[in-house]
Amino acid sequence: MGLESLLKEGFFTSRVDALLNWCQRNSLWPMPMGLSCCAIELMSAGDPRHDIARFGSEVMRFSPRQSDVMIVAGTVTYKMAKVVRKIYDQMSEPRWVIAMGACASSGGMFRSYSVVQGVDLFLPVDIFVSGCPPRPDNLLHGLMELQKKIEREHSVIGDGSKLSLPLN
Amino acid sequence: MDEMLEKVVVKLREDFADAILDVSEFRGDITVLVRRDKIAEITKFLRDLPDCPFNLIEDVCGVDRLERKERFEVVYHLFSLEKKVRICLKVRVDEAELRVPTVTGVFPGANWHERETYDMYGIVFDGHPDMRRVYMPEDYEHFPMRKDFPLLGIPGSIKLPRQ
Repeated sequence: MGLESLLKEGFFTSRVDALLNWCQRNSLWPMPMGLSCCAIELMSAGDPRHDIARFGSEVMRFSPRQSDVMIVAGTVTYKMAKVVRKIYDQMSEPRWVIAMGACASSGGMFRSYSVVQGVDLFLPVDIFVSGCPPRPDNLLHGLMELQKKIEREHSVIGDGSKLSLPLN
Repeated sequence: MDEMLEKVVVKLREDFADAILDVSEFRGDITVLVRRDKIAEITKFLRDLPDCPFNLIEDVCGVDRLERKERFEVVYHLFSLEKKVRICLKVRVDEAELRVPTVTGVFPGANWHERETYDMYGIVFDGHPDMRRVYMPEDYEHFPMRKDFPLLGIPGSIKLPRQ
């Protein structure tokens, strides 16, 4: 087991930041905001072939209180934007957002009066995953990028601010 | 199938002579232009025809013709499941009086189609049980499918939640 090599004397030292970040990034439970076709690819990212559970996203928790990252998968219309924001506000911190697909990132192929041209107009987005729809592997890559981002955060400050730790 | 449709049109002309304004035909499809106030009766008549009952309302939609008079048009597509014939009814509506009697009493399936026509064009259906918008938010002020509505929308017409 990996941990026993560290525990030669029975304990290991680390920074609290690093430990907390390791815990958080390896257990990101997604809140799937699956709105349209990207939701199918999100579902297939959870199937046995591209297993999202091996990255820590063991369950897709449909309750915002029990989830860490909201994956906005699909086209967001103005009418639905209120609902998405409401769900985001109910998530408890620390929370992250992955904008999956072209429609969530920038309105996608829909340049019209009813589609919000990008979820970042009303949500703070951490990772944009491109594709129409992105392959499940692509989404997993986005998840890994989010994990790398979380590795560099100050989580001990605890007021929700995310200052980046220096990369070294 | 043309014979069946011709018989239907002949029967329509007999019973509703003053309400049938025009019958046109294009490659086997018949379109009947109907006066606005008789649309519910005509659809009921067509639904209850004994030999060719038009029992499926396939679509109710609106058209913005951009003419000075009678700017809008409501199009009803009726289909007969037994005889497999289709007929199209059109009602011309003027912008000054955007009201059409509803056909939900005859075909309950036209409920959401008429709501969509109201939402997109502003045509109000008298007697509709639930006349409100179906795609756009309830307090939206414009009608998107009219020809004078810009394609990309009117900026600021729908509020986004805060960042």
